[in-house]
Amino acid sequence: MADSADDVLTSAHVLEYPYSRSVGPVIGAFLTGLRDGKIIGATGSGGVVIVPPTEYDPYTAEPTGEMVEVGPEGTVESWAWVGTPAPQHPLETPFAWVLVRLDGAGTSMLHVLDAPSPDAVSTKMRVRADFVAEGERIGRIQDIRAFVPAGSA
Amino acid sequence: MPRQGHRPVAVVSFAQADNVRRELRRNEVETLMPVFAEVFSNIGITKDDVGFICSGSTDYLAGGPFSFVSALDAIGVWPPRTESHVEMDGAWALYEAWVRLQEGDIDAALVYGFGKSSMSDLSKVLALQLDPYVLAPLWPDPVSVAALQARSLLDAGKATERDFAEVAARSRKAALSNPKAQVAYDRNVAELMGEDYVVSPLRTHTLPPITDGAAAIVLAAGDKAFEWAERPAWITGIDHRVETHSLGARDLTASASTTKAAEVAGVNDGTVEVAELHAPFAPQELIVAAALGLGDDVLVNPSGGALAANPIMSAGLIRIGEAASRIMDGSAGRVVAHATSGPALQQNLVAVLEGV
Amino acid sequence: MTSGDQRGPSDERGPVTTLATPIRLDYVFSAGIAQSRNLRGLAEGKFVGQRCGVCHKVYVPSRGSCPVDGVATDDVVELANTGTVTTYCVVNVPFAGQSIEIPYICAMVLLDGADISFMGLIQEIPTDEVRMGLRVEAVWVDPEDLGPTMASVKYFRPTGDPDADYETYKDYT
Repeated sequence: MADSADDVLTSAHVLEYPYSRSVGPVIGAFLTGLRDGKIIGATGSGGVVIVPPTEYDPYTAEPTGEMVEVGPEGTVESWAWVGTPAPQHPLETPFAWVLVRLDGAGTSMLHVLDAPSPDAVSTKMRVRADFVAEGERIGRIQDIRAFVPAGSA
Repeated sequence: MPRQGHRPVAVVSFAQADNVRRELRRNEVETLMPVFAEVFSNIGITKDDVGFICSGSTDYLAGGPFSFVSALDAIGVWPPRTESHVEMDGAWALYEAWVRLQEGDIDAALVYGFGKSSMSDLSKVLALQLDPYVLAPLWPDPVSVAALQARSLLDAGKATERDFAEVAARSRKAALSNPKAQVAYDRNVAELMGEDYVVSPLRTHTLPPITDGAAAIVLAAGDKAFEWAERPAWITGIDHRVETHSLGARDLTASASTTKAAEVAGVNDGTVEVAELHAPFAPQELIVAAALGLGDDVLVNPSGGALAANPIMSAGLIRIGEAASRIMDGSAGRVVAHATSGPALQQNLVAVLEGV
Repeated sequence: MTSGDQRGPSDERGPVTTLATPIRLDYVFSAGIAQSRNLRGLAEGKFVGQRCGVCHKVYVPSRGSCPVDGVATDDVVELANTGTVTTYCVVNVPFAGQSIEIPYICAMVLLDGADISFMGLIQEIPTDEVRMGLRVEAVWVDPEDLGPTMASVKYFRPTGDPDADYETYKDYT
């Protein structure tokens, strides 16, 4: 009978959810912008531009207003170097997660930075969004392939 | 009298499962049964003595919908019981039970949390708590999110990597005297600093273990608490607060929600002797301790904290149980417990517990 | 940087209104001690349940705990191959993945000696003759195909015995 760990049965189990989400007008504008190769934020209370945009200002809960284009360059606010990417990560080669304050934005956006080594990454470094080719952009966060050091090819 | 609520409520019993990397033999029900048996037998009561049951767990960890319902088999909910559940750490289930006990019609509640992190890839499961439109599709794992927070702390000059190692060394050393600890060692800071980065700036020692586990607490109100426990741990203040979901819109080097909850719970209305802080990653302990305004004389995480064992969905409840145990065993008179949920300390619960 | 209202459609595809976010999670489930006993029994062509020491009810399969008393069901009980249909339905609706020709009977079967019924197919009887109280027996797959799965039970078929008295199964319907 099942009285040791060897006797307990295990089974592989897979959960897959093919979610399709309605994005609404605000995130929809952001995703539409990405498809066009642009990054769009929403103006919150006091004129702070929130990127990625939300329907509300996270501090005042008031509806956000005018949508404005920001970037495509920005400043790294924080970073974390991933030496061994997982299969689900956006890049197959070692990369940095970065919080990027895009030019014109008042908040930071989380994405990946394609850089050769951690020595090439620093807080306050300038980076630029590198979009996938126009025909391959469909309106999703992965339309930005990665951020890259500003001024690089 | 408690600072909050009109009715005094106390922790009167606490039990936890062995914290292990992989509990292969037992399913969730089989893991919980001995925990319930212990939490009831500690004070000589049965399931029929509690008027309310509340649990914390998450279906993504369990791999099936409404998984908390089948876990109720471990209690035996017949005749039909008043029961509730939160998709949060069991500490939030305790908060709901505390509120429920304020109504005055029942005198005791059972609270528990459980989860088997080993069944799936925790890096993926926890990525799914992030914004599903613009963050989760990139699959940022919890270690990476914590590393971004740690880097912010370093860049702000609020801590050094050595500070992170000191938290880890102290916690794992304290864990040597915790029989339920999963990771415990006596290693010096210099040795820990020699470890490789997992995701820089986080080295191995700054990370919590991956843990399968469960924990339970019995709350009792008024006279019932004295009837069941020699030294009940009275909850004199409790509050929880949440911050924006957006990581890029808040100051990751501070925890405004912890500070607010601490104010409401009255943390600094008296001397804090012991604090059990739910900081899964070593740098987070520095943030939480600062947010609570704890002095250098406070004994922090004598259990080893979440660095000793981090059973998702019960590690926060265990902090309350460990802090309460210091009251119940007579070693402290006023303690603080903290629990966190969400990425990078997004939500925080603070409780003050006192002896008579 | 430009500014102005950017909400308008960007091209002939119109604005993005939906986002596909497929997720996949891989698990390794542990059946646990009690369920493993049951599943290993199925691999040997028999039903194995567990009895509660407090209320003496027999659960098949058992999750390891009596859901009434909350105590471990450590007493292992081998059950009969025969049982009683406590309720049933006639499935007339086709659905994706259906492996049996409709109409067919899906029934709750209370094994002799058990205190909980479980779901099974009823075959070798016209669908309009299936009834509550019908006495049935399990038909197992060929010995070489037996495994630790409910698929080891092909279906249940009538034993030909007289129907069970309602009083014997009324607490289980």
